[in-house]
Amino acid sequence: MVNTSTPIKAESKDLNFYYSNGHQALKSVSMPIYENKITALIGPSGCGKSTFLRCFNRMHDLYPGNKYEGQIIMHPDNTNILADGVDPIEVRMRISMVFQKPNPFPKTIFENVAYGLRVRDEKNNRVVADKVEEALKGASLWNEVKDRLNDLAFNLSGGQQQRLCIARALATDPEIMLFDEPTSALDPIATANIEELMNELRGKLTILVVTHNMQQAARISDCTAYMYLGEMMEYGDTDTIFTRPVRKETEDYITGKFG
Amino acid sequence: MLNNLTELSISPRLAKNIRRNVKERVIEFILMMAALSAVFTTFAIVAILLYESFGFFETVSLVEFFTGTVWTPLFEDAHYGIMPLIAGTLTTSFVALAVAVPVGTIAAIYLSEFASHKTREITKPVLELLVGVPTIAFGYFALLFVTPLLQIIYPDLPGFNMLSAGLVMGVMIVPYIASVAEDAMRAVPMSMREGSYAMGATRFQTALRVVTPAATSGIVAAYILAVSRAVGETMVVAVAAGQQPTLTFDPTEGAATITAYIVQVAMGDLPHASIGYQSIFAAGLVLFAMTLTFNLIGHVVRKKYREQY
Repeated sequence: MVNTSTPIKAESKDLNFYYSNGHQALKSVSMPIYENKITALIGPSGCGKSTFLRCFNRMHDLYPGNKYEGQIIMHPDNTNILADGVDPIEVRMRISMVFQKPNPFPKTIFENVAYGLRVRDEKNNRVVADKVEEALKGASLWNEVKDRLNDLAFNLSGGQQQRLCIARALATDPEIMLFDEPTSALDPIATANIEELMNELRGKLTILVVTHNMQQAARISDCTAYMYLGEMMEYGDTDTIFTRPVRKETEDYITGKFG
Repeated sequence: MLNNLTELSISPRLAKNIRRNVKERVIEFILMMAALSAVFTTFAIVAILLYESFGFFETVSLVEFFTGTVWTPLFEDAHYGIMPLIAGTLTTSFVALAVAVPVGTIAAIYLSEFASHKTREITKPVLELLVGVPTIAFGYFALLFVTPLLQIIYPDLPGFNMLSAGLVMGVMIVPYIASVAEDAMRAVPMSMREGSYAMGATRFQTALRVVTPAATSGIVAAYILAVSRAVGETMVVAVAAGQQPTLTFDPTEGAATITAYIVQVAMGDLPHASIGYQSIFAAGLVLFAMTLTFNLIGHVVRKKYREQY
């Protein structure tokens, strides 16, 4: 539950986004992301929710020709992370991401989790080992892998790989974590594990999650935003959105009449 | 209930279609023949190599062949030690790979991970053009351009030397490595790169720590191709490295390689079934064994690091 005293961690203001082919994928999107809460983004395919999510860690910068307009203000810095003077690498060091399909690196389990620390030049092996253990525990994977940290990550099951990717993202103590449909490639049991894990992370860090699964949004999120055709249709408390949506379109979508 | 089943007659609409089956078989046979032609050729070459070498080894003992340090099969006072030719082959190949492996790999990393689309579209075809240059041109480039250039630095360098031949051969092999390794790196899924960038990695860190390990199998394939190319290369070494079999690993000296020897002897008119004629096949067999060994090593390494994404 969010109330007026909940601090805001980040805030998008009149955000427009254009892909290199000229397509405008986001139209004046404004919404707050509350600190240490889970915010869910829902909407039909192609509505721009993943595009919106990927603005937060400047992922679109990897492909030439993409253009942002507007602001995403991050606190406590009170800085627009889309500004030209901002280094996307610094942003990504504080805003971490978990992808739709588990994408472990061709390395050992240990080195996968240590990756973020290695690229930050953490030389102290003691520190690295401690952080890796902590992250794997945080991702509820420690007990399953503690005896085979030097195995290749590809030998893990899909659900374990996804938790490994969560551990990898946790290892660098991010302030915000972005989840792009983290369970869409997983079976129901693995999905339940990930959801439970996200529940445990609630209150420790700010989470923004894109999901196609309405029940998932209802189960895990504090706030929900419904997007359609690049626009923010409705935003509010998850309870309110799912029980008394203001707009007809939102109600149609969440009740399955459409989408 | 099984014993109650009666044999039913087959409806013509579900019966096996003879014409279609025959047609499929014929096509399958033609395809198999095409595939087998390559296999057959390989076996034929090996068979001839073995057959002709057999005659050679009736005269020359294996011990003399592999331990002798002088190779003069065409002289009055004939010696049959293959080591000088192997040394020449290994030395020129080593010099070539010392150039081609680092330059080719760096070029591949640049083209795959750093170059803009436009740069890549221009650079890659130009690089691949190098493959189309006849090797004899590279040979004379080494002899008439690179050697005099090197002689400015090393005035004692002989006109025929393995250094110049190896360097030019290395440049010649760069596009092979760059092209095959780049294809392997580009085949690494974008999602893996995104994972790395999302952790705050730079482009260079992503290329070195994620993309290169993920593409190891293809990169190793590129190296193996390069080794086979270097060991089997004929024209550059025949023209620029010299024709004198000398047991030395010093690249600043001239020495014949296995291929250079074969080309040299094959150009003269040797009587069929003479020992000189047969020596070509013995040398060829050694060459074949060398490339086969490298290919097998490559195969094992590739299997170990095959892509798993």
